[in-house]
Amino acid sequence: MEKALALQMRGITKRFGSVVANDHVDLDVYRGEILAILGENGCGKTTLMNMISGIYFPDEGQIFVDGQEVVIRSPKDAFRHSIGMIHQHFKLVDLFTAGENIVLGVQEEGRYNLKSVNAEVAKLADKYGFRIDPQKKIYDMSVSEKQTVEILKVLYRGADILILDEPTAVLTPQEISRLFDVLRRMKADGKSIIIITHKLNEVLEVSDRVAILRKGEHIATVNTKETNEAQLTEMMVGKKINLNIKRTEPVNAAPRLMVKNLNLDDSEGLHVLKDISFTAYGGEILGIAGIAGSGQRELLESIAGLQPIKSGEIIFRNPKKDKPVTFFHKSMKRVKELGAQGAFHDGKMQPVSFDGMSNQAVKKWVDSGDVLFNEDEIINLRDKTPLEIRSLGVRLSFVPEDRLGMGLVGSMGITDNMMLRSYRKGPTIFLDRKKPRALADEIIEELRVSTSSVNTPVRRLSGGNVQKVLVGREIAFAPKVLMAAYPVRGLDINSSYMIYNLLNKQKENGVAVIFVGEDLDVLLALCDRIMVVNSGAVTGVVDARTATKEEIGLLMTKTDRKEDAK
Amino acid sequence: MNIWLNFLIDSLAFGATFMYGSTGEILTEKAGHLNLGIPGIMCMGGAGGCLMLNLIGKSNLPPFLIVLLGILSSLLLSGLMGLIYSFMTMTLRANQNVTGLALTTFGVGLMKVIMSKMDATVYLVGPKMFYRWPFAGRQDALQCLGVLFFLAIIVAIASSYVLFRTKVGLHLRAVGENPGTADAVGINVNRYKYVATCVGSGIAGLGGFYYIIDYMASQEAYLSLEAFGWLSIALVIFALWRPHMTIIGSTVFGFLFSCSSYITNIDWIHVTMAAKPILKMLPYVVTILVLIISSVRNKRENQPPSSLGLSYFREDR
Repeated sequence: MEKALALQMRGITKRFGSVVANDHVDLDVYRGEILAILGENGCGKTTLMNMISGIYFPDEGQIFVDGQEVVIRSPKDAFRHSIGMIHQHFKLVDLFTAGENIVLGVQEEGRYNLKSVNAEVAKLADKYGFRIDPQKKIYDMSVSEKQTVEILKVLYRGADILILDEPTAVLTPQEISRLFDVLRRMKADGKSIIIITHKLNEVLEVSDRVAILRKGEHIATVNTKETNEAQLTEMMVGKKINLNIKRTEPVNAAPRLMVKNLNLDDSEGLHVLKDISFTAYGGEILGIAGIAGSGQRELLESIAGLQPIKSGEIIFRNPKKDKPVTFFHKSMKRVKELGAQGAFHDGKMQPVSFDGMSNQAVKKWVDSGDVLFNEDEIINLRDKTPLEIRSLGVRLSFVPEDRLGMGLVGSMGITDNMMLRSYRKGPTIFLDRKKPRALADEIIEELRVSTSSVNTPVRRLSGGNVQKVLVGREIAFAPKVLMAAYPVRGLDINSSYMIYNLLNKQKENGVAVIFVGEDLDVLLALCDRIMVVNSGAVTGVVDARTATKEEIGLLMTKTDRKEDAK
Repeated sequence: MNIWLNFLIDSLAFGATFMYGSTGEILTEKAGHLNLGIPGIMCMGGAGGCLMLNLIGKSNLPPFLIVLLGILSSLLLSGLMGLIYSFMTMTLRANQNVTGLALTTFGVGLMKVIMSKMDATVYLVGPKMFYRWPFAGRQDALQCLGVLFFLAIIVAIASSYVLFRTKVGLHLRAVGENPGTADAVGINVNRYKYVATCVGSGIAGLGGFYYIIDYMASQEAYLSLEAFGWLSIALVIFALWRPHMTIIGSTVFGFLFSCSSYITNIDWIHVTMAAKPILKMLPYVVTILVLIISSVRNKRENQPPSSLGLSYFREDR
């Protein structure tokens, strides 16, 4: 059946500085269809849609609505062309009722008559099968109800083309199927619906066609009926690119951080982390891959003690000084017990295994003085304050969603920012500025931070330099666990490589490095193992040396709804 | 008439000063701007009125016109202060608290300079008979209720009506609650903020005019005006950001503030002079109590506008 074109995009290009967010994208949307836009984080899905809804203005290209070329400069323009976008973060006034929010900003003749608005909203809701009470206040509503209000807001303004940005990210499975029913009903009514998503099963379930974007480029548009998960994943993640990152084999990898059945709820009672268990070893880089917002940030913050966890354990094995093992009064059983607490190694720091040796042989070897026992201190981090955790050597660096807010004070210079970590030290109540100053100089020198002086407010430094200052400070305090979230986001190639080298150096020093990344190529080239998280749960741990991008991509996007519904 | 009824009517009349001040401040706060310049703005409103009355008070114009021009001049000067505040905080992105405090210092100082040169006799006699209508010439307490008092009540009720019953009010509240949302649905955020702040300042300025020229009608009245500006800001909290509530609130405040002078006139209550300042503190104690109670009850409708005191710039989103 030939359908009428609702929206066409031709050669749409958008640049942010030197970054090309969308590169000559062509896209067609028909009346009465659901088009899914699929792609990884940062592939330009949302940017593209923002250009149709008037948030951004394209640098190049044309947009046609019903065959007429249009210029969309503001959300108002978009509404005039019957385009409405439902953002991931709802734009609602909490204190108002649903009806008040829906009527807000609508310029109509006549008086403000909430009753007739409410009646009209109820009629719209009936038509498409929403359940909503127009007189309910937004702050009393669940996430799904808020989303309903957003959709009704757009429909009330007469939108024929609806764009939904990650509509299912915050919904329960039951709510998702209800939403899909509504979308199908709207489709039957002749509306065009665009959903932005990265969940493959939902794409396959609800859409008619799928457009795949990768790194700002439009890869292909395929009919949903003629495709499958594997093909979509391949188009989404693309071919593997070889990056020239040096990766050494882990040496003496000893368990350093063990997370067991970690659960975390957010303030609204939603499960952010579900039963997360993993072990990070000293001397290796553990990568964490996942769609943005799958719980990566919360996981790192829980470990650093910044989030009160609901249940589970975070065991930190703090290596003490090595001491020789003597077997006087020690039985073989005791040796095995010790093995569970720490690690044996010989004088050359090679790990020692007693497997398959007779008791006599073990005793002889141990008595020769060549075996050292590294007794770990077992500490449960959930009982510790963030300050205690930090002083144990568990370091959280870089949270670029809020790079300055989280780790640095923007209006202070590099020296003062160094002092944020050391001001408690020193015998007097006066601050010791000399050491932080020396450290600041060292970081500027070694990491080649470009700044006019150590006292320049870090706010004025470029993103890459801020990252270097932050990682430099955390590394300076000899961490045992170093957690880095998106450390290279927004950095140029050279700065990125410098950060990779820093992490590798830490790995060689025996630090357990946890690296949260979004570029799969980097994760595969830099890490030793990659743990994949998906909606707050671990979906797999793969060996970075043998895994493929498709494998990880599937783990990142597959959702088992039945399991969720439990 | 008995002393308590007198006292009540006097509290009402006195409270109209705060009624203007806090109605004006509520309009500004509902747009999301905390205007601490209200004391200065009220002072400038009073000074503006006095200036005009000094200029034309002795001419042969009808008293009605003299008062009207006085009010206009008061509105003009206080509105101008509001415009300065808006320009500083919205266009130049200055800090709201600092700007407000600076305006207060400036307004109070300038008023003192202006008022010290004024001839008080002008506004004592002429137009008074008119604006005390309909109770002009009465010998009891009712004589202190005049046109400007009733105007204060009308303004408070009208502000509530506009805020909570009209589309303009809905948009204004949306701007104060969540300017990003308001912007996204096509509301001109800055225009609403400018207009609300300037209109609010004009209304607050009338409070100063009312206090100096109508309620006190004396040369020294201006000296205590600044304190009433601060009291008006406290009253906003007491009224829970509802203009019509300022009618009750201002009466309570007026009652508490002036009870010290009444109580000393009652035979069976013995209050020493030293206790008077303590009694004058009562309005602030009540404000703190209201703040505690409304915070504990934690009802969303009784909280300050969500983005109060936060600047909104579109590029930041």
